[in-house]
Amino acid sequence: MTEVVQKKRIATASLAGCFGCHMSILDIDERILELIKVVEFDRSPLNDLKKFTKRCDVGLIEGGCCNEENVHVLQEFRQNCDVLIAVGQCAIMGGLPVMRNSIMHSDDPLKECFDEAYISSPYIQNLNHQIPNDPALPLILDSVYSCVEVVKIDYQIPGCPPNGDMLWSTLTALLNGTPESLPRELIKYD
Amino acid sequence: MTEKKFKFTIDDQEIEASEGQTIMQAADDAGIYIPRLCDVEGLRHQGSCRVCTVTANGRTTASCTQPAEEGLEVENENEELLNYRRDLVRMLFHEGNHLCPICEASGNCELQAMAYRLSITQPTKFPYLQPVRSLDASHKDIALDTNRCIRCGRCIRASQDVDGKGVFGYVGRGINRRVGVNGDNLADTDAEISDVAIAPETCPVGCIIRKGIGFSKPIGKREFDLSIIGDQPPGGSDD
Ligand code: SF4
Ligand code: SF4
Ligand code: SF4
Ligand code: FES
Repeated sequence: MTEVVQKKRIATASLAGCFGCHMSILDIDERILELIKVVEFDRSPLNDLKKFTKRCDVGLIEGGCCNEENVHVLQEFRQNCDVLIAVGQCAIMGGLPVMRNSIMHSDDPLKECFDEAYISSPYIQNLNHQIPNDPALPLILDSVYSCVEVVKIDYQIPGCPPNGDMLWSTLTALLNGTPESLPRELIKYD
Repeated sequence: MTEKKFKFTIDDQEIEASEGQTIMQAADDAGIYIPRLCDVEGLRHQGSCRVCTVTANGRTTASCTQPAEEGLEVENENEELLNYRRDLVRMLFHEGNHLCPICEASGNCELQAMAYRLSITQPTKFPYLQPVRSLDASHKDIALDTNRCIRCGRCIRASQDVDGKGVFGYVGRGINRRVGVNGDNLADTDAEISDVAIAPETCPVGCIIRKGIGFSKPIGKREFDLSIIGDQPPGGSDD
């Protein structure tokens, strides 16, 4: 009798993140060969699959939600993944983009953010002083939201980005059905 | 000096204490670490953060202010206390704006290190309050980013009791309590870079910033990048 290894399906998405967390997945180095023996990637920027092909066992989310598309993608991931994991500080608590919520000391932080990005900064060239508002662009949200504020998140892997060892330990623990707490030496928030 | 000595237990281990010692001081002398944030060697005890909560004869108490007593049965490490401490530390993260990836204290920060020690990684029900708080960069050598202040009062005690200055003080009450300076801004006070209140050991987080030196040691090589807070034996009692 030949044993058929049922591969786990993993999907990943980058929302309001910098892609650093995805790069860190590649930092598991040659262990990726071991990973690929037991998992198959579904929707992910790593293989450029834009839609889910099947229900997935694990969804990895990088970044929080700063626009409405982020929210839709996150909701689709929740619907299509058994276990949803927030990877990195942006997904967990908003990360750097969350600075626009409160640290800017403005009554209207979103407007101030746009003004700084497109109009008032000395480093920009935007001769007609327009803030982009093409209907094709996803609507920017009033605030940046962490993933847990939008959908139920099952696990979090902290770090900016979490390093390859951290990702590896968490993923393998999860795939083996033992998502026990991680060695604390691996926990980093930066 | 002949001090009266007596014995009590922490997690069933018998330790010796002298009269006048707090539970924490006696634990430190015995090489037992009790987590803490507002208590620090060399400053008077304040007992406000409650991260040092232990049970003494079954009742929860702040071990940094509770005197040790003959025959006291103290518990320091159990699941319930761990969860109290976790929640207290989590609330500090959620109450301020703690963006560790852009904080120059990251790796040297006691709040962050405590979160690592307590293995705080998983989602919580606490909302992020994202308060709007001031940043004061007026002083030539020192900046204050109060987004990260945990109101431990260490700078207040250091400035009053050690520097004899009173640069820092509490303003407001309850959740609005914050640390203010004795002037329009920090440049308006007599704060100096040589003050003990400004020393790196005083502020446990990245609120009091000594300008121009923040990244002299790279992230990844800092104190709590390399060791878990409290795992080195604490250096004697803080009296
Ligand atoms: S957590 Fe850090 S590495 Fe990951 S997406 Fe956010 S900024 Fe990039
Ligand atoms: S003060 Fe500490 S916990 Fe807060 S952002 Fe800085 S490193 Fe993180
Ligand atoms: S500034 Fe630092 S030392 Fe002072 S109360 Fe805030 S956190 Fe504590
Ligand atoms: S260390 Fe005891 S209350 Fe803060």
